This record gives sequence, C-alpha cells and structure tokens, in this order.
Amino acid sequence: MTPRGIIDRFKTGLWHENPGLVQLLGLCPLLAVTSTFVNGFGLGIATLAVLVASNGLVSATRRWIRTEIRIPIYVLIIASLVTCIELIFKAWFPSLDRSLGIFIPLIVTNCAIVARAEVFASRNPVGSSIVDGLVMGSGFALLLMAIGVFRELLGQGSLFSRLDMLFGGDPMRGLVFTDGGWLLAILPPGAFFSLALAIAAKNTIDRRRRKNRHSTMPRRARKLSQ
Amino acid sequence: MNDTAVFKSGVTLAVIAAICTAMVAMTYRLTEERIIANEQAWLERSLQPALSGLFFDSGVTESKIVVPPPHELPGSEAAIIYRVYAEGAPVAALFVVTARDGYAGPIRMLAGIDVTGLVTGVHVLEHRETPGLGDRVESTKSDWVKQFDGHSLLDPEPAGWSIKSDGGQFDQLTGASVTPRAIIKAIKETLLYFDAHRDEIFAEAVTEPDKEEESP
Repeated sequence: MTPRGIIDRFKTGLWHENPGLVQLLGLCPLLAVTSTFVNGFGLGIATLAVLVASNGLVSATRRWIRTEIRIPIYVLIIASLVTCIELIFKAWFPSLDRSLGIFIPLIVTNCAIVARAEVFASRNPVGSSIVDGLVMGSGFALLLMAIGVFRELLGQGSLFSRLDMLFGGDPMRGLVFTDGGWLLAILPPGAFFSLALAIAAKNTIDRRRRKNRHSTMPRRARKLSQ
Repeated sequence: MNDTAVFKSGVTLAVIAAICTAMVAMTYRLTEERIIANEQAWLERSLQPALSGLFFDSGVTESKIVVPPPHELPGSEAAIIYRVYAEGAPVAALFVVTARDGYAGPIRMLAGIDVTGLVTGVHVLEHRETPGLGDRVESTKSDWVKQFDGHSLLDPEPAGWSIKSDGGQFDQLTGASVTPRAIIKAIKETLLYFDAHRDEIFAEAVTEPDKEEESP
C-alpha cells in the first residue's frame, strides 16, 4: 500500500466513514462513558487495540474459515482479545478500569468490531486489515475523546481531569475553569445532544465543502455534474 | 454441508478456540501478580481516609471480621470490620457498610471510628448517585465527607445527626439532600453499633486472611 493510499484510508476512517459519526456503530459505549476526556480516551484506546488485533487475526485465519462458521469464530477471537485487554487494564491502569467498569468487557458487543471483521478483514490481506483496524479504531477513539472533552468542559467546567488514572499518582483535577457546570451535559441526555451536535457539525462541513467545490468549477463542468 | 465439511468446520472451530484460550491464559499468567498487588494496594489505599492521624503498628487488612447479616449495622449484606492496634492495644475500627437509602441505590462506604468513639474518617467507596449533585460525597470531588471527623455520639447529641434542613448539625449538598441523609444515617447507626459492641469487636481473634477475600 502506498503512503498516499494510507492517507486516503485515514481520511475515510476519521471522516467520511467514521464508525461513530457516519456508520453510527458502537453507540452504547460512545454515549455511556464519554462524560470526561480520560474515560473517552481509555475506552477509545481499548477499542482501537481490540479492533487492530481482531482485524489482524481474522485476516490471518481467513483462508481456513468456512463462511458457515465465520461468525462464531469472530466472536471467539473478539471475546478473547477483549478479555486480554481487560486483564491488561486491570494490571496497568487499575483506576481507569474501575472508572470504565463494565464497558471494557462490553467492547465485545461493539458492532463496529464485528462489522470490520466481516466487511474488511475477511476479504483483505493482513497488512491492509491492520491498517483498516487502525484507521477505524482511531476514528472511533477520536470521536470518544472529542465528545469527552466537550461534555467535561460543559458539565464540570474542567478539562483533562483525573489524568492520574492513566499515569498513576494522586487524584488530579486537571484544568479547572469554573466550579461545577451545566449538569445536563454529563448526564445521559447530554451524551445524545453532544453526538447529535457532532453529526450535525460534520454534515454542515461536508455540505459547505461540496458547495465550494461546485462554485469553483467552471460553468460547463457544473452543468455536467448536476 | 456434507459430513466432511461439518467435520472440517468443527476442527477449525476447536483449533481456533484452543489458540484463543492459550492467548487468554498467557495474558492471565503475565498479569496475575500485578492484578493481585493492585487490588491489595487499592484496598489499603481506600482504607487510608479513615486512618489519617492515627498511630498503629498492625497490618490493616489482616485484622478483618466479617459480620454476616442480620446485624444492626447499616446495610442488608455482610459488613466488614478492619481493626488496627498499636502495641497490641486497640486503636480504631474501620467499618465497610452500606447505606441503603441512597438516591440511586445503595452506597457502599467506609467509616472509621477510634477506640474512644470519635469518627476518624468517612469515605464513599461505591455509589450510583447523580453526577454533579449527589456524587460530591466522593472525597475526590468535594470535602463534604470531612465534616464528620472528630464527631461522636455525644457530639452532637443523637438528634443532631442529620442535615441542617432537618434540624441537625451537618451541612447538606446543594441540590441533593437524599444522599447526605442516607450517609449521615449510616454513620449514626455505625456509631451506635460500635458503642454497643466495642469490646466484642476488639476482642475477636485476628483471623488468617483467606484467599477469597472480598474487597469492600
């Protein structure tokens, strides 16, 4: 794969086919844990790791997997990987594990992962599948972090609080702008509003871009494209 | 699918299951020690808020008693008591109890009481209270739980063990009165239990820590 191709793939995963913004997959963890940046980051990285590894494994074994039994095998691979990630979190990031709670084991049910195994990894070589896991995983992780930052800022008036869950040490309050904030943002409805705003923002940007492209085109080309 | 195909699929599934199991088993072996150490450290650390300023020379987690229900402590599940000693003399007892009537389910909390009956510290371990309102009982979010330090059943009188809007002595949290009420009630019940059972609590022999210790 050429560097140019990889850049295009990243554009696809992060923007045009972002698993959260466009495909609307994995919404349960997306809505549930994004009350702060740290939580979004933790779950984002865990999902990214599972997605890369599962894409790699599914692609490596695709020759031997008969189509009739592919789904149980995907489930087996994904469930084992998630168990490994959970153990790793418990060993090295215990407080993050406590804060994310049940949502780490629930990565198994994130349909973005099975979807990539089925749509991409089962039909493409290992390297390309790993890149796919990487781009789709980062698209999902970045969205989790963005929503985390947004909700934390509005809801708690702070940024990057409790980074100690990643690096250890005493509880850190992060950058505090105001004491307390707009409570609704950290409650579950705030998650829905934030996601809706993110999707709306993406669509607006896309539409504006399309318009710009149209207006810079010569008149004849514009006519043809209509 | 014919028979050979079924057989082949079965073998593929079995081989992949074996590989996956091996992978999980290996990760488990690699992380096991750290996980156990982390849980122990977390337990010791979560007991710290109730131990501040006390002098003791005994291990905390070894001196555990489990009080099976029914008991007069708050909560309907088993309560855990950790005791600390200095040169063999009792210093304080830490209670892991459950306040049943939180706003969103039970609140698991730690209450430390020294041998004279003064509260040494209160710390909320687990809860599902509303973020931004009731969750300020967490010591990382506000100092609300610190106000109980140094109080006892005599100070204030039992009637004073409630929030100010109920005629008591303690501060409430803005926008949340159910959570503070539940916690204050649980502290009071724990103090009453301690008052009635002090000698039993400290007299009970130190039990060997068993492997399947349940963390608070």
